Amino acid sequence: MQVSCTTCEGAMSNKPTLHIPHPPARPGDKPDFSYVALSDPGAVDRPEVNTSVRAMAYLSEELIRVMDDDGNAVGPWHPHLDERDLQIGLRHMLLTRLFDAYMVRMQRQGKISFYMQSLGEEAISVAQSMALRPTDMLFPSYRCQGLQVARGRSLVDLMCQCLSNTNDMCKGRQMPVMYHWARGKIFSVTGNLTVQFPQAVGWAMAAAIKGEDNIAVAWIGDGSTAEADFHHALTFAAVYQAPVMLNVVNNQWAISTFQGFAGGERRSFASRGPGYGIASLRVDGNDFLAVHAVTEWAAERARRGHGPCLIEHVTYRAGAHSTSDDPSRYRPRDEYASWPLGDPITRMKQFMQKSGCWSDDQHEKLTAELTQHISESWQDAESYGTMTTGPFLDRSELFEDVYRDMPAHLIEQRDELRRLIGED
Amino acid sequence: MAEAQVKPRTLPYVAAITDGVRAVLREQDNAFVVGEDVAGAGGVYGYYKGILKEFGPDRIYDTPISEEGIVGLGVGASATGCRPIIDLMFMDFMGECMDEISNQMAKMRYMFGGRVTLPVTMLTMAGAGASLAAQHSQSLEAWICHLPGLKVVMPTTPYDAKGLIISAARDNNPVIVVLNKMSLGMMGEVPEESYAIPIGEANIVRPGANYTIVAIGRMVHEALKAAEQLKDLGIDAEVIDPRSLQPFDTATVVKSVEKTHRALVVHEAVRFGGIGAEIASQIQELAFDYLDAPVARVGAPFSPVPFSPALEAHYVPNADRIVAEVKKQLGI
Repeated sequence: MQVSCTTCEGAMSNKPTLHIPHPPARPGDKPDFSYVALSDPGAVDRPEVNTSVRAMAYLSEELIRVMDDDGNAVGPWHPHLDERDLQIGLRHMLLTRLFDAYMVRMQRQGKISFYMQSLGEEAISVAQSMALRPTDMLFPSYRCQGLQVARGRSLVDLMCQCLSNTNDMCKGRQMPVMYHWARGKIFSVTGNLTVQFPQAVGWAMAAAIKGEDNIAVAWIGDGSTAEADFHHALTFAAVYQAPVMLNVVNNQWAISTFQGFAGGERRSFASRGPGYGIASLRVDGNDFLAVHAVTEWAAERARRGHGPCLIEHVTYRAGAHSTSDDPSRYRPRDEYASWPLGDPITRMKQFMQKSGCWSDDQHEKLTAELTQHISESWQDAESYGTMTTGPFLDRSELFEDVYRDMPAHLIEQRDELRRLIGED
Repeated sequence: MAEAQVKPRTLPYVAAITDGVRAVLREQDNAFVVGEDVAGAGGVYGYYKGILKEFGPDRIYDTPISEEGIVGLGVGASATGCRPIIDLMFMDFMGECMDEISNQMAKMRYMFGGRVTLPVTMLTMAGAGASLAAQHSQSLEAWICHLPGLKVVMPTTPYDAKGLIISAARDNNPVIVVLNKMSLGMMGEVPEESYAIPIGEANIVRPGANYTIVAIGRMVHEALKAAEQLKDLGIDAEVIDPRSLQPFDTATVVKSVEKTHRALVVHEAVRFGGIGAEIASQIQELAFDYLDAPVARVGAPFSPVPFSPALEAHYVPNADRIVAEVKKQLGI
């Protein structure tokens, strides 16, 4: 076996050698993001929403950006949101971040067993949610809690799911953060990767069959594009021109696996779309305004019957994959500080301050208000039970919902369990 | 010095897996490991830690997140004569790659007229009890025991983990090694040298006179606890760990039942349609005249594994459940 560990040693020999992708920096190394292809803010043009896939293929390799490094919004993708929307957007992002930080602390204290935060990726869920209609159906990944926040979900409900208590929407059957919200039109998060991409296409097709103009929107990470479901979803979406928006959140890391292992080294993830005949855009995922504008564009395209879109959001997973992960094992500790696209909340705040619709004082007050809201919500959530103290879920929840109506053999098993544990 | 007693080496189950993989890579030049997060990170459960450092990058490969790609790679590479160890992070993920397992890996030799040999070993992690909910906790051994062409082993101790991995890798057929995540910290004796455990030979882990418990996977340890409790009822239980489910050592089980006249089969997989049904059926076919009672079975209820620790505690079978079932079977 012959393996090349550097990028192009293969050219030296006449025999095939394997290329093993390597992250640009390991622990102790100087962070290096020179591999991230950037376009200048405002430099990428904005075509009409009915532009052919072939004519807009270059948008899958460019990087759509609106905010520049000095906090100005520039170029044709500037969404010109009003002050109120900007303030709401910032509020949702900040609440998402503070909520995450609080829940990570609760996990460290042993109050919940597991958590996944979205640190650094808040702009994607929040801006996309705000650019969509409340009737559009969302198929989130496990780092999309911003969707729940932006659609107005009560934090108590989210906390109760993580506590798996008597108010848990999943009735004790799902891992923490695997939320769903039927009324808010947010599909259940699943721990199995990419399975929702084809499901979102199916939902979108059903919406079109029923004559609705709602679209379906789904999210996966860069690593998940390696799963076959990604291919199935893109094929079906392209074949039927389904009204679906497929998002790839390229946060550079799939647990410890660098995005190069998902095939991101040579072409962008967005560039896979045109190969299937799908309009594709690559956007700065830490730029609230750019994400909002691109989402609005793609939603309009789908809603007006011009077909699906693939969007790659270029961002960085600033935290650990989950509370079971320790990124200092595989990447430099301070890597996030060198990320060329900055932090979404810092940038949004800078832009709003420069536009004169936000101040440090307002920011401090908002932070204090949200912090208090979170800790009050936690008190409330714990009143429905914690991991160690009751009230506990009824044991018969083991047997409910396996089928729409409980069949006789499950009723027997439920009664048997009750007898065994002396509840009967 | 010459008289000094050499203390046997003990290792946790997780390190015994590493030791097994290490032994395979040492003795088989064309063996290599492929899987998600295995090389740089050493695997999500850490059992590949140190492999990259010791053997270098041409013996262990991180892969894209594609279980179907991983199994397909294992089939293709093993067809060339290599002996890949492919890692499926959770057994639940078989759903992602079942076509490669079921329709390719298992049947290829047969359908190619015997002209291809697939010496591929798949390691995968099963088991409930870790609050990982229904998609990361299943014991799906029944799926793969039903596929002619595959061998399936389930090591329950550190010793067996190492030995069965070595046997799997030496075998000229596809072998799936089903590990258990709740056993990773379990300590046990593991010799330094390479050794093989014959695939298809059961292990009588506790000899007994008048009751047979066939326990699958981690349930072996619960069965041993149950056997202690059963002593008070005058029952001297023999606990059998089949270790290999495909092929299955029917002879050892039948011989035991001929002696004890009563039997129970326990696994943590869902009871209905589990491998326990096959074992109970074989006992009844081959030792019917020796039985004093119908063969009892203990398994999980017919529902997915819950997340909530409060619910999961009542889901996974344990020693108490085994004892209760024995009492029910014997009317005591």
